[in-house]
Amino acid sequence: MPAVQETVEQVRSIDVDQYKYGFFTDIESEKAPKGLTEDTIRFISAKKDEPEWMLEWRLEAFRRWQTMREPEWARVSYPPIAYQELYYYSAPKRKDGPKSIDDIDPEILKTYEKLGIPLRERDALLGIESTGGSKVAVDAVFDSVSVATTFKEELARAGVIFMPISEAIREYPELVRKYLGSVVPVTDNFFATLNSAVFSDGSFVYVPKGVRCPMELSTYFRINERNTGQFERTLIIADEGAYVSYLEGCTAPMRDENQLHAAVVELVALADAEIKYSTVQNWYPGDKDGKGGIFNFVTKRGDCRGDRSKISWTQVETGSAITWKYPSCILRGDESRGEFYSIAISNGHQQVDSGTKMIHLGKNTTSRIISKGIAAGHSDNTYRGLVSAHRKATGARNFTNCDSLLIGDKCGAHTVPYIESKNSSAQFEHEATTSKISEDQLFYCRQRGLDPEEATALIVNGFVKDVLQQLPMEFAVEAQKLISVSLEGSVG
Amino acid sequence: MNAEIRPIRTPAEQALVAALETLPAGGDRLAELRRTAARSFTENGLPHRRVEEWKYTDLRTILREAVPLAGPAAVARAEAGLKLLGEARARRIVVANGAVVPELSDLADLEPGLSIVSLAGAIAQGDERLSRLGGLVPARYDAALALNTALAKDGVLIEVAPGATIERPVQVASVFVGEAPAASYARNLVIVGAGARFTYVESFEGPEGVAYQTNSATEFLVGDEAHFDVVRAQDESATAVHLSTLLFDVGREALLHAFGFATGASVARTSLYATLSGNDSKVAFNGAALLKGRQHGDSTLFVDHAVPGCESRELFKHVLDDSSRGVFQGKIVVRQAAQKTDGRMMSRALVLGDDAEMDNKPELEIFADDVQCGHGATCGAIDEELLFYLRARGIPLKEAQSLLVQAFVGEAIETVEHDGLRDALVARAEGWLKARA
Repeated sequence: MPAVQETVEQVRSIDVDQYKYGFFTDIESEKAPKGLTEDTIRFISAKKDEPEWMLEWRLEAFRRWQTMREPEWARVSYPPIAYQELYYYSAPKRKDGPKSIDDIDPEILKTYEKLGIPLRERDALLGIESTGGSKVAVDAVFDSVSVATTFKEELARAGVIFMPISEAIREYPELVRKYLGSVVPVTDNFFATLNSAVFSDGSFVYVPKGVRCPMELSTYFRINERNTGQFERTLIIADEGAYVSYLEGCTAPMRDENQLHAAVVELVALADAEIKYSTVQNWYPGDKDGKGGIFNFVTKRGDCRGDRSKISWTQVETGSAITWKYPSCILRGDESRGEFYSIAISNGHQQVDSGTKMIHLGKNTTSRIISKGIAAGHSDNTYRGLVSAHRKATGARNFTNCDSLLIGDKCGAHTVPYIESKNSSAQFEHEATTSKISEDQLFYCRQRGLDPEEATALIVNGFVKDVLQQLPMEFAVEAQKLISVSLEGSVG
Repeated sequence: MNAEIRPIRTPAEQALVAALETLPAGGDRLAELRRTAARSFTENGLPHRRVEEWKYTDLRTILREAVPLAGPAAVARAEAGLKLLGEARARRIVVANGAVVPELSDLADLEPGLSIVSLAGAIAQGDERLSRLGGLVPARYDAALALNTALAKDGVLIEVAPGATIERPVQVASVFVGEAPAASYARNLVIVGAGARFTYVESFEGPEGVAYQTNSATEFLVGDEAHFDVVRAQDESATAVHLSTLLFDVGREALLHAFGFATGASVARTSLYATLSGNDSKVAFNGAALLKGRQHGDSTLFVDHAVPGCESRELFKHVLDDSSRGVFQGKIVVRQAAQKTDGRMMSRALVLGDDAEMDNKPELEIFADDVQCGHGATCGAIDEELLFYLRARGIPLKEAQSLLVQAFVGEAIETVEHDGLRDALVARAEGWLKARA
């Protein structure tokens, strides 16, 4: 590539608000009335054609939510959210439910094409052949509804259920009823309770006994409409001996106002099952003055319910104005294992308060936490985590490593770990470091002809390598690109 | 933290508030300081589990019962109660039930540059150095300190003149005397002049079987280029509640080393607040706690790097036997101006008892980019392989454990510079292990 052209492009791209997914799809949508009342919930429930028990469940959550207070302990600050000014349901208008991919509004298809998410299986296959990777089934959630789910038939042949949760509530009520709210109870926390009341869509995955899911599953979340909150709910169940790898991606248009995203993700791993959950979170982070952006208040929790089960969370967080997110593992089964790999990058005026909880309940349970926080610009980046061993968690082991990197002198990096051991045979190790990019490393790279931006990206990529390695291949490439994009303009 | 409405006060809180209401009006700066502290206590009360800094030590539950203020102590009984660190031959000032006992205090032939007076004496004489008392205030309300400020009437004021080198350590030996539960409050102020060299020692003890409460607070003003050591030994009775607050302000290019050794009290909490306000200082805050039975030991520290170029080191060791509980909360704050800060914090716990519990919360809060900061925390049982190695060589289990524990706490105790004090602490650790075997 001609160097001159490259330089020009790079100079042009040195700006914080180089958010590539900030476009808006102009499409007619149908919304619930503004605000949150029991009627709103009845409206959502009716739209989804839900059974009576589901409506009751939602209403109970709503009543509970009204008595709760917004948590204030996280190291983030934001103006009060006007919950009555939001739309809790927004769906692209259509006459009937799309029977096939060809019935989907072409505007939406175009949106996903622009985002690089192939919804046509044919395209998906084409795209994949050129990258040489494996197949990925996608559930695309647009505002409050799922617009398409690919490869459903092929998955069904393997016995895997992969569908929007609203469909699952109708088609597999026993399964949903058995597991929904069993990991994140309705009363768990302010945002989870809100989600329980108003959740509109999300993915449902059930992998039956002994089945290794034949392809990666993924959900792509897109917030499009103005003033709407997105409240998705994901429930993944891996029955005994099953394996599934699940990917999640998210983007939103650039807007001046803040938008709320309060999701709940529940994972259940029965005996010998394994769930690998990867996220590349790239919500709109706000502009360079901190205006706009998504408030990402998410409750994610996995329950290693069976013996020898394993849940692994991998996340790359580059977006959102505010991130409040602690993907956790409850290690209930003996010899179960929890993993958490995270890269959280904050730039501009972003605030990140993220981490994990590893709750050791069973015997010989093990967990591993690798967290890399990178703060640049005026951002604040906090790691907050809990590792605890119950009295009966004999032989529990944890290793935690959380490193922070500061780029610039206007940002902050904080580490708040809680390590609680109630069992003498538990072995917990925790280490954390904070530093800036070493002058020596920069000098070395620059001496070899890299400019400061490239050198920083290279060093940062090295810094986060441990986590990137955990991502599925397709995601790792995207994440690597994201990291260099997020840090553009932060040097010096 | 969620603001909570707490209409009901515990009996102890009611009694304390009532006691604080009797503080006289009018008076000088000190009287005003007391009233301000009393007001903040009346407003905030005792902390409980939902107050982040006291998450693991629920003071409201621990101090449920109201106890009266301790009365004056009989000299002979105070003398009989003093056992700690005598072998180090420090200059000893005795504080019994919160008041200095002149008969037992070695105030004769003070070295040139060393000044020691009782706080009560200083107040009576209108000592101008008292204007420096109460100057160090934590960023957030601290109930133990507020009570101390409001209720302490005596303690020790020590000043080391600039440039003076005082070889012999000064020990403020606190002892509780009495059969009935009572609370004693003492406040000390230690001023170390620029370039001075000094070692300050604090010890705490009391009779077994009495549920007394000790609340001690010491302010340290460490001058530029001073070289200052603090050694503390806490061996309160296993029925006592021990609360202490240490506040440091450290000047430029100073060397400060503080070491705390704790084996006593049913519940002990030490809060240490250090502000590094002069460039290029080196500080170390280390400690070791050996706990057994149902003892609860909490070491909480806040190190605030406000200026560039300072180095701080923290090393804490907990040995937890039976169903004891160790708590370590450490927070290093590096402000935006504090470039080139080098901060390292380490907390290690060795869990011997099956029902013992360790809670670690090492925090970093960093706003400057050109820094090197790290913390580590480990907790676990004795390494089986090491035990096997020793036992394979014919060493019985308990003895092998003792050897390994000794090596474990030794790493922290070794940091004490004064030979006599270090030997005395090593001997105490050995004594603790012997009592266990």
